[in-house]
This record gives sequence, structure tokens and C-alpha cells, in this order.
Amino acid sequence: MKKGDILLICAVLVLAAAGLIYMNLGGKKSGGTLTVTVGGDVYDTYDLAEDQDVSLDIDGWHNQFRIKNGVVSMLEADCPDKYCVEHAPIDKVGETIVCLPHKVVLEITEGEEARDVDA
Amino acid sequence: MSKKVAMAGMFTALAMIFSYVEVLIPINLGIPGMKLGLANLVVVVALYTMGAPMAFAVSMVRILLVSVTFGSLAAMLYSLAGGILSFCGMMLLKKIPNFSMVGVSVAGGILHNIGQLAVAMAVVENIHLISYLPPLLIAGTVTGMLIGIVSNQVVPRIKHVLK
Repeated sequence: MKKGDILLICAVLVLAAAGLIYMNLGGKKSGGTLTVTVGGDVYDTYDLAEDQDVSLDIDGWHNQFRIKNGVVSMLEADCPDKYCVEHAPIDKVGETIVCLPHKVVLEITEGEEARDVDA
Repeated sequence: MSKKVAMAGMFTALAMIFSYVEVLIPINLGIPGMKLGLANLVVVVALYTMGAPMAFAVSMVRILLVSVTFGSLAAMLYSLAGGILSFCGMMLLKKIPNFSMVGVSVAGGILHNIGQLAVAMAVVENIHLISYLPPLLIAGTVTGMLIGIVSNQVVPRIKHVLK
């Protein structure tokens, strides 16, 4: 183990810690809206106050998510890895559930007001 | 020459096994293809015993074969991005005298994750995926350190076989 190694490891861990602190500090607000994007384009937005199950059947692919008590979770997906289904439920602004094979992103956003936490 | 090729082939097969075994470890960070990077152990050892060109070949062939066998075209894209970025970083860092195998492995590991994350972010056009970066950096550093320590033990012992 040489000097450079230690420097690198410390730098990376500090960066990671800083990132985590920043993410948790910026007022972890409960979000008001779920924005669903497919391939980068906004598909639809959903009010988190309204409990609902939504099915996305796009390009022959199937994803289904649930909004309940202001929390979003992916119920089912026919992608090969199912990481999206295994992902913990989200409810704070900026949090995402991604189904990468389907290019689907469920992202919690503020709602009508412009976001000022991050861009 | 044929000995080198045979060795490279063995290394590639070994890297594939590592990739496969990795899938059995249930760590989910939400992004497909984002794994611990155990196969990097083989690439690091190859880098320090067979030199950069052969090590690069081992890495690339491993990614191609694993993607074709277990993954998909999309997975290949992510892996290649991570693999190329990772290898370039490792190759450059190896030349700097203050870095040992540990530092090189750590760099390789985190660059691989960064490369994959960058492509994922581009594909879904969403900057918020960057929230996956801190846990990935930590996981990559830990795995990188372990791989570096193991490489430190393996390389001196097999170097004479490959000369």
C-alpha cells in the first residue's frame, strides 16, 4: 500500500460521504408528484396524494407501479433483471426507481412549484 | 507467443467465471450490470503479469463473451463503457510510482461503475441517477481494495510462469 493509494481511497470516500450528506441535507421533503419518463421523455405525471395502481405497456413491455400513502413502488415488470421491482419504495423528491431495460424512470418531483433543491 | 495466447485464454475464462459467480451475490443497487467487479481481479493480475495490451484483450473479450452468454446488447454497452474507462484509468495509474496494485484496483473498480452509471444516465436522460454514485463509490473502493490485496499476493507468485 503506497502513498498514492491511501490518497485515492481517502479522496473517494470523502467524495462519497459528501455526496451522501448533500443528498440527505437538502431537505428530504416528501414529494407531491411522480413523473414517469420513458427514454428521457416525460410520459405522464401522477399525484402522490391519490392512491393508484398504474400499468405501463409501452413497446410491448410491461411495468406496473403503485402509489399508496404517498409512496411509490414497482409492482411488476417483465424486464430480465427485475431490479426495479426489488428496489425499495420511494417517496422523497429526487428519488428514482429505474427500469433500465425499458428505459423507464419513476421520479418523485415537487409538483407545480419549481424545484429549488437541485436541478 | 502461443503460450501467451493460451494464458490469456485461461485468464479470460477465469474472468468469465468471476463474472458469473458475482451474479449469485444478491447485491442490488438498482442499475443492471452494476456489480462488485470481482472479474477485475483477473484484469489487474493480467495487467501486472502480461502487460497492458494482453490485459486489455482479456478484459474486452470477457465483457463480450459474458454479455453474449448472460446479458444483452444493452448490458454489453454499459459493460464496455465501464470496462474501457476502467482499463484506461488503471493503465495510466499503474505508470505513476506512488500507486500500488491496491490503488490501481480501486481506480479500476470505481471507474467501471462510473462508466456504467454515466451510460445509464445518458440512456434515460435523467441526472437524478447520480444519487447512485455515493454507494457505488464506496462499494467500488472496498472491492478494489480487496482485489488489490489479493493481487499483491497472486502476482509475485505467478509472474515466473508467464515470462
